[in-house]
Amino acid sequence: MRVTVIDYKAGNLTSVRKALRHLGAEVEVTGGDLALVDAADRLVLPGVGHFAASARLDATGLTPAIRAAIARGVPFLGICVGMQWLYAGSSEAPQQPSLAHFAEQCTRFLASKEKIPHVGWNSLEARPGSRLLAGVEQGEFVYFTHSYKAPVTAATAAITQYIEPFAAAVERGNVMGVQFHPEKSGDTGLKILRNFLLWEGKGIA
Amino acid sequence: MITKRIIACLDVHGGRVVKGVQFVDIVDAGDPAALAARHAREGADEIVLLDITATHEGRQTLLDTVRRTARELFIPFAVGGGIRSAEDAAQVFQAGADKVSVNSAALADPALIDAIGRSFGAQAVVVAIDARRDPQAADPVREAQVFVQGGRKLTGRRVVEWAREAEARGAGEILLTSMDADGTRAGFDCELTAAVSESVSIPVIASGGAGTVAHFTDVFARGKADAALAASIFHFGVSSARSLKEELRRAGVSVRLPC
Repeated sequence: MRVTVIDYKAGNLTSVRKALRHLGAEVEVTGGDLALVDAADRLVLPGVGHFAASARLDATGLTPAIRAAIARGVPFLGICVGMQWLYAGSSEAPQQPSLAHFAEQCTRFLASKEKIPHVGWNSLEARPGSRLLAGVEQGEFVYFTHSYKAPVTAATAAITQYIEPFAAAVERGNVMGVQFHPEKSGDTGLKILRNFLLWEGKGIA
Repeated sequence: MITKRIIACLDVHGGRVVKGVQFVDIVDAGDPAALAARHAREGADEIVLLDITATHEGRQTLLDTVRRTARELFIPFAVGGGIRSAEDAAQVFQAGADKVSVNSAALADPALIDAIGRSFGAQAVVVAIDARRDPQAADPVREAQVFVQGGRKLTGRRVVEWAREAEARGAGEILLTSMDADGTRAGFDCELTAAVSESVSIPVIASGGAGTVAHFTDVFARGKADAALAASIFHFGVSSARSLKEELRRAGVSVRLPC
């Protein structure tokens, strides 16, 4: 299994790389070498921090390269801000363009008595039929750390409740995203990453 | 439903665990990597490694320790002790930590919090605060005094205002140790924890004073803590983070189980 991790300087890639290697994947990292994206078998877009960090994907020409890879049917997994980037934008950085593979906008959690950011282990309600979450039981816990989130839609693969229900995972065809950190979510997280690495199929979307 | 976290803490000196939760049946009870892996298997929600070496030569040993510990750890992993600059933090992240905890260096130069947060995200910055109630103050709890150097040196800062500044500068979490409660096993300082937790929007990790399972229930309910550090859970009759969490669940606390 070969997987290409995209480095756009949004946080620390060590944990993602380590988890993928632990699962037996051959991991290569690209910071802007488009040829690696063009030749990728699978793509992972990690990311923690601010949505505006994705500006670097435009500056380096990675955005059109990723779009083309997705159109070719390359399995794609966005993690945290990497998932949010799949949507049409985020109120965290309204001027920042993103992939708009999913039409909705990401928004901040509504102010409440609960803490923001949402940090810690929270449970998943997986939609039946999700391939990314195959084998994940209802109520299994994963680790989150974020203040912005995507809405629940038909493409939502798992819902988590915090202040309001939000999309913990999204999946349509070869394009998948998780708001939580599978690389930090123990055995459940490793199971989800393994599902991604073993995912076969082309361009069902 | 979001759960309360039980965080296992390992104090490390010269690459060896010197305090914290030890397992009697582990071959090398002083090896941080082995202990961290064991805690993860036995239900800890997160691992904190605090380096108390704090010498220049010790840094390389620490980075090796972090690298070895992180290798097979797939839960959040924080490292603190002797992180004086954004460069120090970068090395610790590169070695495999997910978060760094800063204390004295952040009090000496609060802009360090902003600098680490800018490069690695707020979620990666834990600000550790050691505080002691001030009986002289108008509000002894909210105006608890902040100390550095293991409680030997007063900083002149007050706990709530410092926690708020840390949050404003981009801290992702506060690790709050009550110096009054630390070592007593008489319970967390719930008033202090609640005062800080209700003054900031970021999570607060309570530390210091745990002696029974009921103390944890208390700090989550009355203390409004989001997480609690369990540095010596074997000293009060539970065999693992998992059994601590099972008891907490029976007491009505939402925890990650099964784990």
